[in-house]
Amino acid sequence: MAKQIEVAGLDAYYGAHKAIEGITMTIEPRAVTAFIGPSGCGKSTFLRTLNRMHEVIPGARVEGKVRLEDQDLYGPGVDPVSVRRTIGMVFQRPNPFPTMSIYDNVAAGLRLNGRFSKSELDGIVESSLKGANLWNEVKDRLQKPGSGLSGGQQQRLCIARAIAVRPEVLLMDEPCSALDPISTLAIEDLISSLKRDYTIVIVTHNMQQAARVSDKTAFFNLAGQGQPGKLIEMDETSRIFTNPGQKATEDYITGRFG
Amino acid sequence: MTTVQTGIQPISTSRRVKDRIVHVLVYLAFAIAVIPLVSVLWLVIKNGMHRFDLEFLTHSMRNIGARDAGGGAYHAIIGTLEQVSLASLIAVPIGLLTAVYLVEYGSGGRLARSISFFVDVMTGVPSVVSGLFVLAFWILALGMPFSGFAGAMALSILMMPVVVRSAEEMLRLVPNDLREASYALGVPKWRTIVKVVLPTAFTGIVTGVMLAVARVAGETAPLLLTVFFTDSINNDPFNGPQMGLPLYVFDQAGRPTDTAIDRAWTGALTLILIVMLLNLVARLIAWWRSPAKRGS
Ligand SMILES: Nc1ncnc2c1ncn2[C@@H]1O[C@H](COP(=O)(O)OP(=O)(O)OP(=O)(O)O)[C@@H](O)[C@H]1O
Ligand SMILES: [Mg+2]
Repeated sequence: MAKQIEVAGLDAYYGAHKAIEGITMTIEPRAVTAFIGPSGCGKSTFLRTLNRMHEVIPGARVEGKVRLEDQDLYGPGVDPVSVRRTIGMVFQRPNPFPTMSIYDNVAAGLRLNGRFSKSELDGIVESSLKGANLWNEVKDRLQKPGSGLSGGQQQRLCIARAIAVRPEVLLMDEPCSALDPISTLAIEDLISSLKRDYTIVIVTHNMQQAARVSDKTAFFNLAGQGQPGKLIEMDETSRIFTNPGQKATEDYITGRFG
Repeated sequence: MTTVQTGIQPISTSRRVKDRIVHVLVYLAFAIAVIPLVSVLWLVIKNGMHRFDLEFLTHSMRNIGARDAGGGAYHAIIGTLEQVSLASLIAVPIGLLTAVYLVEYGSGGRLARSISFFVDVMTGVPSVVSGLFVLAFWILALGMPFSGFAGAMALSILMMPVVVRSAEEMLRLVPNDLREASYALGVPKWRTIVKVVLPTAFTGIVTGVMLAVARVAGETAPLLLTVFFTDSINNDPFNGPQMGLPLYVFDQAGRPTDTAIDRAWTGALTLILIVMLLNLVARLIAWWRSPAKRGS
């Protein structure tokens, strides 16, 4: 079910401000692609253009092409809601629905989109929680509120919620930045196992993390304050971290940046 | 020359004195604010308890002579309950939908700003004016009879801005993260509002609605002009004059006998109790709906 994403000549704006410019890349299926780059270079913005979440912000718009296999995501008549159903997202800060129990949180995407029988839901909730490595910790308190979990558990709950709707692609925006090393490790393990079924894109500020989990790495940078962010290079992770093609990439990953 | 002070200093005397003075002022202000509240409550309870009996709650004023003791406010209680329920039935959906529009769809556009402006204007409308409006429009121009429904319309005009403002505030408090989380699951915007945003703001909205109900339940002037008076029971809010508790208090208090004055006090006490009871019910609903109930 994993699919390939092709991006060509993509620009994204916030009102009159151009945040990213001319991005062209191919994101491979059944692999983890990491986005790295300095703060403000447009990684989150680019990630959000991939599932049409960018246009949710008032005044924000996108130019260029994004293709999921043979489908143009920004083509005329494409429903952004169905795009988001196909391309799931996990946010930087865990954001479980506070009014819902753990069970309802995982079932939310399914319930809000259609009808499922109780037994179907039970099965999907269990497999999603298992997929997110959370089942053993919460199986006895599925009816308790999701906000009663620890930060790391909440983040895994959000991952379970995202995979419960069976997306083809999973986008993660710094999913571990609010977590301790143990929870981070749990989520990294999870990413490695999810890779079998999904196309995964992860934004991270943690070089070791990018090196550990990803197959491909893309480095973004901006020329200066107020300039749009650009893709500097994208290659096999092992190459980016040992023998990058660009001087800027080498400076960034070795910490000689700015 | 000023010297830059370094290190940890003891609190200076002037700061100590200022702290004392402000402390005293704050407590004084609190006491001054509470005195009228408590004394009103105490007076109403003291004077109202006297006639707060079964007869008062189950009988109307029909066939009660000017000097007779007895009689009750059953007709007024029925009237108030029906009028306030009808007013809420009109004002809460409209107010809530307006707030949803302002927060979720309007996003600072021209229409949203003008609606916001008119809501502010409506907040300042004196209650008599809303009564006059319904009198002029509904009763005089359209030739409808005096009725509980006409009163409910006048009350709903007063309720609406309160509901809009409080609901708007509560909806704005819902973190944007939750909306985005829902969109990212492929949930359409309207379902996100219904299933995620409104439930999250539910407790606050209920509180706001209760405040609005409490505000209009005690209104006399608009009722005077729209439901008129009666001493008999009228269960039909759409036809003929009704009574309301504030009207009842106003009416009885204007009569010269002690028995009537007693009834007025008891009427006021009943009104306070009804509002408090409604508040309690709303709190129970909010508690029952909150995730905290399910334990954490
Ligand atoms: N909602 C918004 N409205 C206006 N401008 C925005 C908005 N969000 C981001 N920007 C701008 O777009 C540019 C890129 O921001 P973005 O959040 O994509 O950076 P990032 O690479 O994710 O940074 P970080 O690593 O700090 O998360 C920045 O200049 C930022 O100021
Ligand atoms: Mg970011």
